[in-house]
Amino acid sequence: MSFPWAEHYTPKNPVMKWVDERLPLPRFIYNAVGAGYPVPRNLNYFWNFGVLAGIALTIQLVTGIVLAMHYAANAGIAFESVEHIMRDVNSGWLLRYAHANGASFFFIVVYIHMFRGLYFGSYKAPREMVWLLGIVIFLLMMATAFMGYVLPWGQMSFWGAQVITGLFSAIPLIGETLHTWLLGGFAPGDAALNRFFSLHYLLPFVIAGVIILHIWALHIPGSSNPTGVEVKGPQDTVPFHPYYTAKDGFGVAVFLLIFAIAVFFAPNLMGHPDNYIPANPMATPAHIVPEWYFWPFYAILRAFTVDLSIPFTSIVLIPAKLLGVLAMFASILLLFFLSWLDTSPVRSGTYRPLFKKFFALLIVDVLVLGYCGGAPAEEPYVMISQIAAAYYFAHFLIILPIIATIEKTDPLPGSITEAVLAKAHKNDPAAAAVAAE
Amino acid sequence: MVRILGALVGLFFSIMLIWAFGVGAYNFVTDPPQKTAEQWVQKNFPMEHVSWSFNGPFGKYDNAQLQRGFQVYSEVCAACHSIHLVAFRDLKDLGYNDAEIKAIAKKRQIPSVDPKTGEAATRDGIPADKFPHVYPNDVAARAANNNAIPPDLSLMAKARHGGADYIHALLTGFREQPAELLKKFPDSKTPEGLHYNPYFANLNLAMAPPLAGEGQVTYGEGQPKPTVDQMSKDVAAFLTWTAEPKMGVRKATGFPVVIFLLFAGVLAYLSYRSIWADKEH
Repeated sequence: MSFPWAEHYTPKNPVMKWVDERLPLPRFIYNAVGAGYPVPRNLNYFWNFGVLAGIALTIQLVTGIVLAMHYAANAGIAFESVEHIMRDVNSGWLLRYAHANGASFFFIVVYIHMFRGLYFGSYKAPREMVWLLGIVIFLLMMATAFMGYVLPWGQMSFWGAQVITGLFSAIPLIGETLHTWLLGGFAPGDAALNRFFSLHYLLPFVIAGVIILHIWALHIPGSSNPTGVEVKGPQDTVPFHPYYTAKDGFGVAVFLLIFAIAVFFAPNLMGHPDNYIPANPMATPAHIVPEWYFWPFYAILRAFTVDLSIPFTSIVLIPAKLLGVLAMFASILLLFFLSWLDTSPVRSGTYRPLFKKFFALLIVDVLVLGYCGGAPAEEPYVMISQIAAAYYFAHFLIILPIIATIEKTDPLPGSITEAVLAKAHKNDPAAAAVAAE
Repeated sequence: MVRILGALVGLFFSIMLIWAFGVGAYNFVTDPPQKTAEQWVQKNFPMEHVSWSFNGPFGKYDNAQLQRGFQVYSEVCAACHSIHLVAFRDLKDLGYNDAEIKAIAKKRQIPSVDPKTGEAATRDGIPADKFPHVYPNDVAARAANNNAIPPDLSLMAKARHGGADYIHALLTGFREQPAELLKKFPDSKTPEGLHYNPYFANLNLAMAPPLAGEGQVTYGEGQPKPTVDQMSKDVAAFLTWTAEPKMGVRKATGFPVVIFLLFAGVLAYLSYRSIWADKEH
């Protein structure tokens, strides 16, 4: 579906005409990311990050498929096979550094993409499905990244796998059995490494499938925009191609530039030195930390240090470890309910003065959580993460619904075009009025 | 309904966290965490930052230094530590020619099989071989080294915070325990058979100071004086190369890529401006 004024595909090339009549793939592409998809004309650079996430996934798929040709998923030789890639495979160092840093950059652009959605209310009607599918992609990404980090079979790979799969053992009654079943043993070993490799190869294609659904769901109502005001007519939109292909092209060049600087000049900056030590089940690293993109959630996990027990007795209702696990999963799963927690009819944070302040606080909060998650589990980091985690839950589950009911929002512009022209003729309101006529 | 349940869940987690914070804060005030000996040492003996030839985007390995480092490794470290991820043929990067590499490889014995009897045997190394392990297995390594396994050094420069700085600091860091440390932390006395080193993670190292004095290794004509500091620097540089042998080609590839992307970025920006020239946005 699209707006009635969307351009129609009329193939000029006879070959394309022949193909289109038999399999309307060219038409499909044209309507999805070509001139046939009308997009609000006022998108800012934050709307570039969806495309960048797609580029990052492509980099991961291409480098990953080639790496898999040289990697050996066997606990005895996995570490050395990675070093074989680094030393003896033609441009193997480039493939591996691009893949390892590519994961970090994938998360950077996806986090910006998600915070864009949080600020501009992209999770609100009629785009709930887009948001829900986005959270599914995020969960799949986390699973994929976690399993990928295990594959080099270094110290952090092994102990990270030990800690994260150990979370399942916190589940009452079935926990230990489930843990052993998931790992295929009592500790991470060959069985775990092989299934992680298999799933690490599978899940990116599942992600690609869900991305297609994500974009499909997006194209039903069309893209949102910084004002949060829906498209009212043809003057509010421009065709995706050439307008946004050109703008996104610039964003892609900047993204690749920063990515290249990391890969070629600081490839180990976002890694942990301990993962250059081969996995050793007999030696626990001093501080086990996951990759940086998991730090906020790791901080939430570790913030629960007190059992839920009946006061003045020794009866424990929920042990602290299980609370931490539940809270960590809840911190992500609550995003599924966001569309119904925040009932404010105004989408864009730009017109929500109270929301805006709490949103800024949320960003600081998540950064603080991230910092504490990367720090050793000592005071004062644990205390700081307890306050920050409490705010995290309060923000989404208590504060957002309250803001939605008490906030007095700023007046919205009449249309996208009106907002654009008001901005363009800021110093001359009369000219804006004329242009809007 | 969603909002009521959500608020209850939010309240539950927040209250649990604030309760945990209260307990933590109470403990923090009544029983403040004590600094450990490691933390005290780390603060008082910061690692020296050496200006390595390979630092920064333009940095390159200095082959003369790598060769000196290889010499220190071969004559000192190699007695206990392997570099088994490195092949003899890789030494070409250091400026050795084929004949020299053949000679270096030939001096090492590689585990093999006797072609006539099938019994375990050894043979001379060839350039395609990796540097052999020093000990046949971990048990032998422990038995020979006071129950500590000398780690393989191939990746050491990437496997520790600080990299080459760390290796240099560790090799030059052996000393008497400071009196102040023993006064503050009486339990931190170095046990018999171990050696105090402020740069080692738990301060006490099984390895005795390997570079004991000037001239332990004889450098060739025109090379710097082999002081302990110089030898540690050279071997740290060599181990940086064993850990990251492709650094040269990596940086050399990076520059054209970055320049290309800068150029592509400018073109993309100009085309964006020209396509949008007639549209206010």
